[in-house]
Amino acid sequence: MRPHTLHVLVENRAGVLSRVSGLFSRRGFNIESLAVGTCEEPGMSRMTIVVLGDDARIEQVKKQLNKLIDVIKVSDITEQSTVARELALIKVAAEPGEGRAEVMQVASIFRAQIIDVSPKSIILQVAGDSEKIDALERLLRQYGIKEFVRTGKIALMRGMKGGR
Amino acid sequence: MKTGARLLVDGLQREGVETIFGYPGGAVLPVYDELYDAPLRHVLVRHEQAAAHAADGYARASGKTGVCLATSGPGACNLVTGIATAYMDSVPLVAVTGQVPTTMLGNDAFQESDITGITFPITKHNYLVKDAAEIGQVVRDAFYIAGTGRQGPVLIDLPKDVMTAQVDPVPEVQEARLRGYQPTYEGHPRQVERAVALIQEAERPLLYIGGGVVASGAAAEVLALAELTAIPVASTLMGLGAVPCDHPLSLGMIGMHGTEAANFAVTECDLLIAVGVRFDDRVTGRVEAFAPQAAVVHIDIDPAEIGKNKPVDVPIVGDARLVLAAITAKLARQERGNGWLSRVRRWQEENAPAPAAGLDPAGVIRQMNALLDDEAIIVSEVGQNQMWAAQHYCFRRPRTWLTSGGLGTMGYGFPASIGAQFACPDRTVALVAGDGSFQMNIQELGTVVEYKVPVKVVILNNLYLGMVRQWQELFYDRRYSYTELSPVDFVGIARAYGVEGRRVEDPDEVGPGLEECFGTEGAFVLDVRIEREANVFPMVPAGAAINEMIGRRG
Repeated sequence: MRPHTLHVLVENRAGVLSRVSGLFSRRGFNIESLAVGTCEEPGMSRMTIVVLGDDARIEQVKKQLNKLIDVIKVSDITEQSTVARELALIKVAAEPGEGRAEVMQVASIFRAQIIDVSPKSIILQVAGDSEKIDALERLLRQYGIKEFVRTGKIALMRGMKGGR
Repeated sequence: MKTGARLLVDGLQREGVETIFGYPGGAVLPVYDELYDAPLRHVLVRHEQAAAHAADGYARASGKTGVCLATSGPGACNLVTGIATAYMDSVPLVAVTGQVPTTMLGNDAFQESDITGITFPITKHNYLVKDAAEIGQVVRDAFYIAGTGRQGPVLIDLPKDVMTAQVDPVPEVQEARLRGYQPTYEGHPRQVERAVALIQEAERPLLYIGGGVVASGAAAEVLALAELTAIPVASTLMGLGAVPCDHPLSLGMIGMHGTEAANFAVTECDLLIAVGVRFDDRVTGRVEAFAPQAAVVHIDIDPAEIGKNKPVDVPIVGDARLVLAAITAKLARQERGNGWLSRVRRWQEENAPAPAAGLDPAGVIRQMNALLDDEAIIVSEVGQNQMWAAQHYCFRRPRTWLTSGGLGTMGYGFPASIGAQFACPDRTVALVAGDGSFQMNIQELGTVVEYKVPVKVVILNNLYLGMVRQWQELFYDRRYSYTELSPVDFVGIARAYGVEGRRVEDPDEVGPGLEECFGTEGAFVLDVRIEREANVFPMVPAGAAINEMIGRRG
């Protein structure tokens, strides 16, 4: 059992996301992360789906996805050389003074940006792989995380399209 | 200029549709108005569920795509069981539903249901059409999807304002081209070679065939391969009829209620050639004990079926007919002198269950078989009646056996037999029913009368939900919790609708009863009071190995 990252190219149509997510839930496949948006091809969207499972299970996930009429292509990019990013916005309790300074210091170590400041909190924006975001979240917890949102992983293969 | 409703009817005609099964309602009135003088036959059923099952029976009997039509909300929801039945058995079906106007979508308007959402998991694909100009192309694509690859149901949901919208100019309908849908028909040559090599080397090969063989029209190819290389053939419930039951290489049905010969053969074979099957749990029993010594070749048009339940050595994605033809073309005639066939024959000969005491349901089926020709279409309900029909009727041709295999839908058979009779008006269509399942869509007696559909209904009546009672007897210490049914005067009900009938309570009356049933010109209901606690044997308990059969001698 390990996380697999799938690229799923789909028709950009209403209902496609619910077809895909519904397939996962009714077949008992657990989605770890799902990010979707338009892509380089007009009329198509690319989903980056992280799903946990052994090889046989992942094979079945891919085959079931391929059966959906709106799914154009499914690629497992787990073994490929990829760049992967996730974006998170974190609202941290930080009153003016020492606490806020510490939070800002942590933010700078993680190359997180401060994108909003209010009297009692600041919002950080951080991009990176999932582990980096997890680590930052752990560190900031001691100051008090008021709200936390992350996009889910997106990934691209390095180099030419199709891994060439 | 044409309305959306007109474009729908034009689309159906363009696809060659002659008969549709439906039930009107407010949200679908524009379509019904078009149907009033369209050159299409619309059959008014008495419940939308029956429309879906009738379209399914029409499709299974004819090989064409069946069509059903219902209104929004309750009408659409009543199709759901029928759509799910078709989905599980890969039956080509197009279901058209009315929907509330687009302006009211999502408002919980009167008779609104999100039928595309509801049917996501039980359709091959579905459409909510919001622009009337798209209807023509959607109909074309829907029929293409339903009838190609692994066949299945497609739903088209049409809001009322889309049906009434005027389209001008009417867009030309293109050939279906869907970039996300390209079924593979030809088997991969290297895998075909590997299958050929395995067949040449195998000492104890077995063909395991299912509904995919019927769907792809591969019956002749199966027989050709079996005869050329002397391979015995076991069939799933869905594959019955693909190989004549009385062919020397036919082992009959495999699985929970399969024959000794089929279940023992699969346990001992060294090569399993699975064609158009999906290794359903009702066939495999405990899957690790299914064909434990065999190399497995799996031929299926749906890649997702290959390796889903059982590891496969040679996967061949493709159309069963083309793949089998490609394999057979590379083989020479082969004899099997190693005793495999004689061993199989011995199992076949020993496999004669003793008749039940009293009025034996198996005997009723055998007498039916003796009366009817090879062209007769036998439809079943679900339960003991279904298994007795599958075990004891001798099917010799594909598409002569219609039954709900995957979903096991009680109430399927009667409307499906009506659909089959519309598809094949010149052939005998006989329904084998139980008293429980017949009552699930008994209202279709009204349809039978209105359209003079001459289906013959043979009720194997034991005043029980028989199969559930059998499980309670064997696995729940005979605690018959809510499985006993009160007696019903089926003949009286049939007559009230205007259908002839007769009740049989004595074994000696079975013959005359069946003769009257099949000798009467129109529809007939024969209510046969069978031995109440007769069981379906042999039986593999759920979760047991396929060769661990109980009740082997009845």
